[in-house]
Amino acid sequence: MDNNKGNHSQQGQVSGSNWAILFVCWLIVTAATLGSLFFSEIMNFPPCALCWYQRIFIYPLVIMIPMGLFPFDRSVIRYSLPLVIVGWGIAFYQNLLYYGIIPESLTPCSQGISCKEEYINILGILSIPMLSLIAFSIVTVLFVILSRRTST
Amino acid sequence: MKKQHFIFILGAVFLITVFVSGGYFYKKQQSEKQSQIVEENASSLVRDYSQTLGSDDAKVQIVEFFDPACETCKEFYTFVKDMMEANPGKIQLVMRYAPFHEGADYNVKILEAARKQGKYWETLEAMYAGQSTWASHDNPQPELVWQFLADIGLDMDQLRSDMDDPEIAIIIKQDLADAEALNVTKTPEFFVNGKPLPSFGYKQLEELVESEIQANY
Repeated sequence: MDNNKGNHSQQGQVSGSNWAILFVCWLIVTAATLGSLFFSEIMNFPPCALCWYQRIFIYPLVIMIPMGLFPFDRSVIRYSLPLVIVGWGIAFYQNLLYYGIIPESLTPCSQGISCKEEYINILGILSIPMLSLIAFSIVTVLFVILSRRTST
Repeated sequence: MKKQHFIFILGAVFLITVFVSGGYFYKKQQSEKQSQIVEENASSLVRDYSQTLGSDDAKVQIVEFFDPACETCKEFYTFVKDMMEANPGKIQLVMRYAPFHEGADYNVKILEAARKQGKYWETLEAMYAGQSTWASHDNPQPELVWQFLADIGLDMDQLRSDMDDPEIAIIIKQDLADAEALNVTKTPEFFVNGKPLPSFGYKQLEELVESEIQANY
């Protein structure tokens, strides 16, 4: 395949699975968006500052990714990946705080809601910051894979 | 291409369904839990010392946990009073304190001290009228409330000495303890004949009050 966007002429199956990868990315960011809204709007957990920064970098993808799905357009990776990487960085930082690897005194949100507050804990490891990091990590990896598959 | 559209819509519908039904079941479970908490702590709803408005014979009792510094409490005060006027003699309002705002216990002390002079409601209304001045969010200054209390005819020296009555401190402490027992975390919180609101809002309160009036009259 060459670099041209929207190239799904030669191998329908390959382009079909590229589409599927992008679609899975969309499912993950949308689930993450709805999940974060569930925590704040339905369960009434107040979002800390770092949560808001992560939201800023994941919410737009709910709209952006479908632009690259219909029709399939690999350039969506170019526009989305920077957001995902920055979001991943913030999620990583919050996890360092949350699990006590960096001391709390360094947090930018010591006033108001602590970014270390534990709200949920599934199976002893899945906290909200960890769920976020997992989502950002999977989407980052999928975007990188997709980028490699669609360029030559 | 058609197939991809279908898959996408299916995915969207699936996620939204999970969100909406999850929300519905979570809220339902929470409200059942809240009803149970209130049932178990029914004695915490009203205390003998609690200030009331309206007839003691009223068969619909609204218990309100409020904070004089809370804007929504101010809005609901008028709303509840209107409801009481529309249904004369049928509704009693019980005032419970939940001064969650910083410094708001100062205003509760003023209210209780004014009550000793028989000017509870005048004082509360004057406080609410000046709320935006003394209870601003970024800089609450409860002391600024005094300028709004000048015209009510309170004996100010008496008021200031009554404020420090240890009995008032006990009342605030007990009300806060009861608020905690009843899982009141935000103000205002209403209980109508011991029933919590299914969800917060004017309409929900009005419907609950109306259904209680229907059931009791």
